[in-house]
Amino acid sequence: MPITVSMTVNGKAVTGEIEPRTLLVQFIRENLKLTGTHVGCDTSQCGACVVHIDGTSVKSCTTLAVQVDGADVHTIESLADGDTLHPMQEAFRENHGLQCGFCTPGMVMSAVDLVKENPDPSEQEIREWLEGNLCRCTGYHNIVKSIKAGAAAMRG
Amino acid sequence: MDGSSMDNKWIGKRTIRPDGADKVTGRATFGADFNLPGMLWGKVLRSPHPHAKIISINLEKAKAAPGVKSVICSDDMVEFPLDTPVMVGPADMRFVSRNILARDKVLYAGHAVAAVAATSVKNAQDALALIEVEYEILPHVIDVEDAMKPDAPVLHDFLRTGGVDPKPESASNVASRLEFKLGDLDAGFAAADVIVERTYKTKPVHQGYLEPHACLVSVAKDGQATIWSSSQGHFMVRSATAIMTGLNVADIRAIPAEIGGGFGGKTIVYLEPLALIMARISGFPVKMVMTREEVFLATGPTSGSWNTVKIGATKEGKITAATATFRFQAGAFPGSPARPAASCAFAPYEIENVQAIGYDVVMNRPKSNAYRAPGAPIAAFSVESAIDELARKLGLDPVEFRLKNAAKEGTRAAYGPTFRKIGFVETLDAAKRHPHYSAPLGPNQGRGVASGFWFNVGGESSAQIHVNEDGTVTVITGHPDIGGSRASMVNITAEMLGIDYNLVRAQIGDTNAIGISATTGGSRVTFAAGMAVTQVAEKVILTLRERAAKIWDIDLDAVVWENGEASPAGSNAGDFEPLSLADLAAKAAATGGPIAGQISINAQGAAPAFATHICDVEVDPDTGRVEILRYTAVQDVGRAVHPSYVEGQIQGGVAQGVGWALNEEYIYGDDGQMQNPGFLDYRMPVASDLPMIEAVVVEVPNDAHPHGVRGVGEVPIAPPMAAVANAIESATGLRLQDLPMSPPKVLAGLDAVS
Repeated sequence: MPITVSMTVNGKAVTGEIEPRTLLVQFIRENLKLTGTHVGCDTSQCGACVVHIDGTSVKSCTTLAVQVDGADVHTIESLADGDTLHPMQEAFRENHGLQCGFCTPGMVMSAVDLVKENPDPSEQEIREWLEGNLCRCTGYHNIVKSIKAGAAAMRG
Repeated sequence: MDGSSMDNKWIGKRTIRPDGADKVTGRATFGADFNLPGMLWGKVLRSPHPHAKIISINLEKAKAAPGVKSVICSDDMVEFPLDTPVMVGPADMRFVSRNILARDKVLYAGHAVAAVAATSVKNAQDALALIEVEYEILPHVIDVEDAMKPDAPVLHDFLRTGGVDPKPESASNVASRLEFKLGDLDAGFAAADVIVERTYKTKPVHQGYLEPHACLVSVAKDGQATIWSSSQGHFMVRSATAIMTGLNVADIRAIPAEIGGGFGGKTIVYLEPLALIMARISGFPVKMVMTREEVFLATGPTSGSWNTVKIGATKEGKITAATATFRFQAGAFPGSPARPAASCAFAPYEIENVQAIGYDVVMNRPKSNAYRAPGAPIAAFSVESAIDELARKLGLDPVEFRLKNAAKEGTRAAYGPTFRKIGFVETLDAAKRHPHYSAPLGPNQGRGVASGFWFNVGGESSAQIHVNEDGTVTVITGHPDIGGSRASMVNITAEMLGIDYNLVRAQIGDTNAIGISATTGGSRVTFAAGMAVTQVAEKVILTLRERAAKIWDIDLDAVVWENGEASPAGSNAGDFEPLSLADLAAKAAATGGPIAGQISINAQGAAPAFATHICDVEVDPDTGRVEILRYTAVQDVGRAVHPSYVEGQIQGGVAQGVGWALNEEYIYGDDGQMQNPGFLDYRMPVASDLPMIEAVVVEVPNDAHPHGVRGVGEVPIAPPMAAVANAIESATGLRLQDLPMSPPKVLAGLDAVS
């Protein structure tokens, strides 16, 4: 039996008729066609699916869409301000914090939440925060550098 | 125009990658991101058994299920007789086709048996449960030691061991044996003062790319097909899919998605032919996306192995003889990297008497596939561990010991070639000089060194350069950008044409837009595509000079191209204001039409890469946990066209090697089932497992490449396993010869030592 969910995604009110078992990431990718949120593992280790729900980073692959009925959801697509990249996005781009780019949206979304909680994270704090975000390309080296730079830019 | 100068304007610069904004904003489209109206979802039925005969398959109930538009099994694919190889590049379609849809037998748990396309994922999954397969279960064999035994269950009745004389009359799981040999081993070992002989084991490890395999295929009413998919080579996708579906190559257009990592694992197809056949039958586009579990169960990890190494040296530190035997798990079909392992094993060293033997062995595991420098890391773990023990026994510094025996220009490698100019000694010297090598260590800490070798390859690449009417330039190549290659192509184009980097944009052409370009692999793209781009830039520069000569009405020879503009060659040529690329672009229509060039080459002159790594570890004596404290990776790259992505390749290779060393492995039960097909239990390194990884780039140019490029991506995964093992011995006295060196194994070893 399909049920109705309503939420705000990237500042826009959306409603969907969905199977109750629909995951948030499926709702985002398949119903809303926002494909910047990725699925890498299905089991919440890789973090490619991280979105913000009411301002906090959450793995959308292990969240049911019905769980966030009424919530304020932001995906990677809403992070830039018009044509201006978010400082964290700019930091990843400038510091070569990506190779294939598949983990990048989740990394950026996690990093933005980290800096909200901890405006000046140390290398170790960044590494520990990222334990739920896998990258297989970079060895994390340039990702750590990017987040340090992004945090500095966000502090202004 | 000379791109080899070290004071280049763009080559060697850390430019912003052209696809950076797309990838940090989520706009980049990966394999699973394409959708079409009326699209169906395809899912695969997989074998629950590690080894069984398929007695019958009944698809009828599934075909009648709600929303189902197509159900297929191997009867729907082209059948290739088992007695004749059908090669597409390095892959044999006899085996690839039977791997992506089992025919007559299933050979591993997870082996694809049938596929369904339906209006939703749920409908497709529900229909899979209605497919009736009758199996006759056969005994299975998982490990290479068991598979090589004479009484082992035989996977393929047709298989006779190749490379042995006389050719065997009975079937065996040993697909082939190969051997390289130089000199007189007996004499060499007789001359040795010290000999180390050891056995090493490694487990299969997965490439672990974060993006699962995915594709979308649409077939028109006349049979012509379009494929959108994530792969390391869309020309490979086109060739392999055409031959397995019975289409002409020209009837398939393969469009490359952005690729979310590959590391060798996306050099072959798993889904595209199935999706194409189901799209053809149903009349609707079909999308297929693997789950992570499917990626683990049914796509290629690299081989596990069981190896022996014996090396002898004089007390002065000269290696007199060396031999190694590599027994590789190919998985369900022949084709492990035993040959490159045997080739790479002793390649860093000049050894007069040397032998390397490889066995390619099948067993009831998923078919192995390429993984970053296929075979070389396994060989390096074995040989570099033994080299380290030998240095210890001789009381020699491990870098000095390697220097005494290092291959150099003129050294003949056991696998055939005599090296041109190579940079192994330079990597050893740089490692020795690096402050890391002499930094103090604390309790339970140790330092290990190891080296590695990879051939690097050239091959088929195509490139186009288009000068646009506003003075911007588009460079098109045919290789998926797996780790920043667009940036390198733009650096080379801007350098050659003498224009600003930001005026150049790079595209990856689909199979209908660019000439044949072989798969991204073998560390070949910057080398081969970089050569193609360079040559086509030279053609475009010739055209630009011709246009200027025409405008000025002087001889072509009287026009030079410097700093992005045409000028008269000297005062004799005439007195004309220079014409910039933008000036000539604006006048292109009036001077002969669009200015563009294209080229397709088979790039020759690839030159090998060597690396030397230094690793510090701390071993927790209570838990057996090994922490990587510091890591320095020195590598000869020839020429770093884009240093940030060169360093990134090195850092990423090290991280993968550390995972292979410490945690990653396919775990099987006696039932022949993989027990850890997910990232929770298949433990890849996370950020907190690693320190910053210092990449030290050494540049000994490849004189056969216009910019000195060797190739970068693969060799950095060769040294880490031995570097970590050697560091653990330094820290604890414990010598581990069985990967992964996970905490339980380290702890058991420490207990045994004490």
